[in-house]
Amino acid sequence: MTVTPLLQVNDLAIAYKTGDHEQRVVHGVSFSVAPGEVVALVGESGSGKTTTAQATLGLLAGNGRVESGTIQLNGTDITRWSQKRLDSIRGAVVSLIPQDPGSSLNPVRTIGSQLAEVLQIHKRGDRKAIQTRVTELLERVGLTPAEMRARQYPHELSGGMKQRVLIAIAVALNPALIVADEPTSALDVTVQRRILDLIDELRRESGTAVLLVTHDLGVAADRADRLVVLQNGRIQEQGPVKDMLAAPRSAYTRRLLADAPSLGKPRPARPGIETQDFAIEVTGLTHDFPVSGGETRSFRAVDDLSFKVRRGTTHAIVGESGSGKTTAIRSVVGFIKPTGGRILIDGVDLTTLKGEKLRQFRKHIQLVYQNPFGSLDPRQTIARIVEEPLLNFEPIPAADRARKVRDMLARVGLSESFLERQPRALSGGQRQRVAIARALVLDPRVLVLDEAVSALDVTVQAQILSLLDELQKTLGLTYLFVSHDLAVVRQISDTVSVMHKGRQVDGGPIETVFGRPDSAYTRELIDAIPGRGLPVLAVPPELPPRLSP
Amino acid sequence: MASYLLGRVGQALVVLALTFTAAFLLLQVLPGDAIMIKFMSPDMGLTADQIAEIRASYGADRPLWERYFTTVGNFLTGNFGISIQAGVPVSQQLATNLPPTLLLASLAFVAALILTIILATASNMVGMEWLRAGLQSLPSLFISVPVFWLGIMLIQIFSFQLGLVSVISPGPVERLVLPVLTLAIPISAPLAQILMRNIDQVLAQPFVAVARAKGASRSWVLWRHVARNAIMPTLTIAGVLFGELLAGAVVTEAVFGLSGLGGLTYQAVGNHDTAVLQAIVVISALAFVTINLIVDLLYPVLDPRLGSRSGAPA
Repeated sequence: MTVTPLLQVNDLAIAYKTGDHEQRVVHGVSFSVAPGEVVALVGESGSGKTTTAQATLGLLAGNGRVESGTIQLNGTDITRWSQKRLDSIRGAVVSLIPQDPGSSLNPVRTIGSQLAEVLQIHKRGDRKAIQTRVTELLERVGLTPAEMRARQYPHELSGGMKQRVLIAIAVALNPALIVADEPTSALDVTVQRRILDLIDELRRESGTAVLLVTHDLGVAADRADRLVVLQNGRIQEQGPVKDMLAAPRSAYTRRLLADAPSLGKPRPARPGIETQDFAIEVTGLTHDFPVSGGETRSFRAVDDLSFKVRRGTTHAIVGESGSGKTTAIRSVVGFIKPTGGRILIDGVDLTTLKGEKLRQFRKHIQLVYQNPFGSLDPRQTIARIVEEPLLNFEPIPAADRARKVRDMLARVGLSESFLERQPRALSGGQRQRVAIARALVLDPRVLVLDEAVSALDVTVQAQILSLLDELQKTLGLTYLFVSHDLAVVRQISDTVSVMHKGRQVDGGPIETVFGRPDSAYTRELIDAIPGRGLPVLAVPPELPPRLSP
Repeated sequence: MASYLLGRVGQALVVLALTFTAAFLLLQVLPGDAIMIKFMSPDMGLTADQIAEIRASYGADRPLWERYFTTVGNFLTGNFGISIQAGVPVSQQLATNLPPTLLLASLAFVAALILTIILATASNMVGMEWLRAGLQSLPSLFISVPVFWLGIMLIQIFSFQLGLVSVISPGPVERLVLPVLTLAIPISAPLAQILMRNIDQVLAQPFVAVARAKGASRSWVLWRHVARNAIMPTLTIAGVLFGELLAGAVVTEAVFGLSGLGGLTYQAVGNHDTAVLQAIVVISALAFVTINLIVDLLYPVLDPRLGSRSGAPA
């Protein structure tokens, strides 16, 4: 065991300067990565995992600074190297696979030129040699025909394809270490699997070590040799994946494991719901979008979708991006008029309503959006945000409105001290609670949740899911739950529709669809869920101790 | 692409037509006209009949709609009418006054762009924090400087104090140096502000971090990744500011005693010389619309996402 580690981080402390004081976000972090090893930095937002990873590349944001500690690469301390000196190793010895492929490529330059750039910067060959290498790399990451792809611009490629380009850039010079910062969190689950497989493959070929930054314990468990669990900038625990998952020592790791959505924890079957009437009945829903460029051509986003949801139950619509799930629910909430089909909400056909009648009907069906940061007006107070829907319908005396708002906030678990705060003072989970309160203040019968927990950390996600469950029981709500995450869907839904390319490929009770899927696509989706290596899967759900409050 | 081009050209024509009409109507509803100002003064001693005759000879007695369509027809055939005050065709006046103003405005525009780029680049390249802060605050200083005051200050400093630029019978190039600067500095200020802000925004984009992770230096990133992305919004503002430039040219010409469209406009307003004003408004609008049309057409060239819009599904 005298091998020099490739990367050795010793007692690293990093602070960000805000105003005139410095806030320390990483406190004495130490870990190492051996040549060819995959080490995962796991933690929730604010755990300092991304900051630590950025520091290993010398790419802290402008106001960040390494306060103390060292970062050694191949035994050389690079902590206090100048940017100019770091430029010589970035891309060549250490490279990056970034988080969001959508914005990580320059929109005005071709794929080929952005890939060639890393070779030009490090002066690897003349124009012709670089051209050949670019073609080779594009082929290697599965982007064919490579010559055609090289001439395309980022907007002409899908998210998965863009991430392949970024991987090609990262491996172009056979670096010793790749820092992969949430490389797949912006991608669909089946794409995620293929991208992670590709990284695995390339890494094995050239013996590259990977520092994998992820919030997803499942991804870490599947792909890493060792785990480093971070919370609030401190290491809670580190060690080989197998040991840690089998016997987590820290309370925090145990909580992460318990909250991680996995296929092992289905929603317990609820007796008596079969006798409820249907709150939502969708039959033959079809939506065509005109395609610009041709007068008669159109694109069928939703093709003959039918499902029924019993009152007080949860129906999930599952699909990847482009599956038509968003178009479908936009029709169900009455934002767009479908090309064909019927949508009955409590027996009223939504597709026949328009104007003021439709507006009045919206009271009964409310929407909670995905992004808890974008869906709240940053200038309004929480009280005002929750009150606003009430102002759109029959006038209610101000005192009654205020009482309703307070009741609703209490229901979603927010104290009265939140009333006068503004959204920016709230965490993601608290904001999503506000969004739920705003949706429920009109006493709707149906709540449509559009990826409502996708942007949240696992422990917060678990809290919001249990809140939704409790609200459903006490208020008798019917949920339409849209998600790309099958594990979450399994936890919360009674019935499910699986959508693929606008069509429903599977549908029915959750256990039937997950246990004996009809379509190959549903099976592929289930197989692609990361974290099948998590040992909790084998353990009955009540066994892992849930220490969270 | 062809339909994008046609659409933009069509919009430009509509803007021109509306400007023409609005200018025509506004000039007609002004109380009094050039004929009254020139011929009704008591010194002339003309009788009411004689004045009516003069009015008829200029077509001023015709109903509004008839005069409108006559003017439209004349403009379309390149006939801008006759200046009542000077008694010569407007086109002749434009021929002598338009070129110097056009030269001044174009030089100032180019100078403003160069100033903008120098400021933005310098403020992003210098290492020293205090110098960077200084450079970044320059645009807000420039923006608050009025054109006439700046002109006077430049003459004071460069001509009278330093004696660098001669005021009395300067050469053709020397004559333009200070007016161009006077005009360029206030235009470059908002441009530099917007360009700097855009550069900051683009620098915060993930693709810049990716470029840095490839080992690219700060200046490499600035020129090869940031520049083209940051310049696009600046271009739009540059087009809009061209209007400012025309207005500034009028003042600048007055301060530096240059002949040009500025002087002509000033006289024509004083004399209610409708034909001259109508021609100046239309020509200014034409210049403005053309610049913005060029900006619009540059967009798809700079940003490939706009060029291939027709191919992608909604």
